[in-house]
Amino acid sequence: MAVDAAMQMYRRTFPSFGYLSASAVFLLTAIAALLVADLTVGTRNPWAEMGRLVSGLVRPDFPSIEVMSVVYTVAFAVLGVTLGAGAGFLLALVFAKLRSVRVLCAFLRSVHELFWALLLIQVAGLSPTTGILAVAIPYAGIFAKVFAEMIEEADLAAERALPAGTSIIARFAYARIPELAPQFWTYTLYRFECGMRSTLVLGFVGLPTIGFHLDSFFKQGHYAQAAALLFAFYVLIGTRRLWARPITVPILIIASLLALPETIGGASTATNLVRFLTHDIVPVPLRDADLSVVSTWTSAAEWLWPILWKQAAPGAVQTLVLSQIALVAMGIIALLVFPFICRRFAGPIGQPLGRVALVLVRSTPEYMLVYVLLLLLGPSMLPAIIALSLHNGAIVGYLLGRHADALEYRPDAPRGVNLYCYETTPRLYGQFLAYALYRWEIILRESAIFGILGVPTLGYYVDAAISEFRLDVAVILIVVTALLSMAIDALSRSMRRRLRIHTMPTRLSEAPCEGGVGRPIGSEKLA
Amino acid sequence: MSTLIELQRATAGYAGGAVLHDIDLSIRAGERIAVMGRSGAGKTTLLNLLYERLAQRVALIPQAAALVKTLPVFHNVYMGRLDRHPTWHNLRTLVWPVRHDVAEIESVLGLVGLADKLFAKAGTLSGGQQQRASVARALYCGRRIVIGDEPVSALDRVQAAGILTELCARHETVIVALHDIPLALAHADRVVVIERGRIVLDSPTRSLTAMDLVPFYGG
Repeated sequence: MAVDAAMQMYRRTFPSFGYLSASAVFLLTAIAALLVADLTVGTRNPWAEMGRLVSGLVRPDFPSIEVMSVVYTVAFAVLGVTLGAGAGFLLALVFAKLRSVRVLCAFLRSVHELFWALLLIQVAGLSPTTGILAVAIPYAGIFAKVFAEMIEEADLAAERALPAGTSIIARFAYARIPELAPQFWTYTLYRFECGMRSTLVLGFVGLPTIGFHLDSFFKQGHYAQAAALLFAFYVLIGTRRLWARPITVPILIIASLLALPETIGGASTATNLVRFLTHDIVPVPLRDADLSVVSTWTSAAEWLWPILWKQAAPGAVQTLVLSQIALVAMGIIALLVFPFICRRFAGPIGQPLGRVALVLVRSTPEYMLVYVLLLLLGPSMLPAIIALSLHNGAIVGYLLGRHADALEYRPDAPRGVNLYCYETTPRLYGQFLAYALYRWEIILRESAIFGILGVPTLGYYVDAAISEFRLDVAVILIVVTALLSMAIDALSRSMRRRLRIHTMPTRLSEAPCEGGVGRPIGSEKLA
Repeated sequence: MSTLIELQRATAGYAGGAVLHDIDLSIRAGERIAVMGRSGAGKTTLLNLLYERLAQRVALIPQAAALVKTLPVFHNVYMGRLDRHPTWHNLRTLVWPVRHDVAEIESVLGLVGLADKLFAKAGTLSGGQQQRASVARALYCGRRIVIGDEPVSALDRVQAAGILTELCARHETVIVALHDIPLALAHADRVVVIERGRIVLDSPTRSLTAMDLVPFYGG
């Protein structure tokens, strides 16, 4: 019978349906990860503490704000992002030509700001240098890659029309910079928002930013004071477009330089750096040893093996378990929330409200969220899963909502759930996968970091090694983390190519703008 | 037959300004109308105007095929009746369609020569096939009036004739924009020509010859 044949064909067709099978693989992996993850709620009565938290949040104690911590948070971010963007721009110029630069940048950005901070503290102490470089170093790697992509994708029609013999610099200044400057600025502003979240979080490891005070307020249960600091932070993020403008950049830089705090601890950074590079991070068996003797290397291998087997391997497994669950939870949250910021679904009143909610969630530093949830729920993987999926789900949901608003529907399109299931979601699904796969590596890097808070991911072992002053072990573990995140990045890239979604926008700054169509966001670019 | 719609001195257009002026048009149930004219004359605006007035009774074939390219042809055609099924059935159909719907849509696709593409992804179809899938959605929708904005523009004349025959057979009232004169004369019983936003000819087909229409397309 024809219908039977059709049904068979249907069953045969769907497994080869690229988007669906990719989603199914991730879903199954996440379910498998859930089976081995520790999801217990350790505290006996989380609701009581939650109640105190909420009552503190609604009664923020504004006079208690340490103004200088807010100033330092902004100053570190301004200088760190400026330095990172500057270095990134220079690296971007040679990014396409030099493989070594590409590898270097991949390494710089695959190590999280907090790991850089933990290492830099060993060299420069709890100083502004640490705060600025912890942001600038990984951001230089990110900026280099993104700026290089923008340069590559730029419209070169004008450049081709320049007279032959125009110098490279003139070519760049006339035909590329004017084209690229707005994109560079949008992206830098977005990175600045991330940078402020990063410098806030640096306070949790001891730098004098907002996080330092949040750490003690949360520990002591002073939620009203913590809320005031957080709200101040939201206001800064929310108003950044007003005070961070191309014209105010020089003022911000100079003011930030003037506002920097004194270094705590007086030892010379230069001597520290030499000691750090030539002694601290050299594996113990190799320190002052005769490198030409075989026994040196066998003892080095005996030293390395337990680190890899007892720390790196279990840490990597837990990091992957956490990131796979968080990635899928993020996807589900994103698909569920995007209609709330979409005109067709939320209406003219719901849309702005939904937007504010998502931007608030996104502006909350996920590290701090994990920290608070750990206090409330006790030690397990659950707080990290909630924080990662909420934060990233809000970002992807926000982006999908903007894409959804840019879609054009036929005049007789259905409404409500039917529109969501038959038109909007299928048309955006490729774009959704592009965003989700792009965030995979980001989620992995953060999963590793949450180890510092006690989740047994790679960061847990790094933190333990540093607190025992075994910096050689810490560096090995950080390199393992970097390799893992580079591997995930490569896997994500190849999956995006196979699904033919690799040309779709993946960055926050690329999504279609309000009401207009920025880049080709027609979700159906099929070869 | 009863009058479906009566436009008197109607204007229509976009925010920028009026595209249609002084439109006097009365359409009765059962008519088969070909709307003709050069591109940019205002055909699409007129059809949109008619669609707005008749929306709940119309199966629409938009100018761009407007398919969801990530879904199979089956689901794109099924969309023609989303409003007539409960939402749970629509959700279930997305994952596991019932035999009855599959059989019905397969037979509709047979009318436009796409039965073999039932579960092909819409994005893998050629331009002409996408247009036929869009026609199939309107046929499956099965409302009494069909409004088509150049529903056969990407097809050859033989295929186009077949599609127009099906549209006429399965819908009581047919209003289609066309630019092929012989096709219009063969399938419509009334021709409305628009030029620069005004109706310049409105006549029964039987009193027209191809030569009457050529001037509206020439130089």
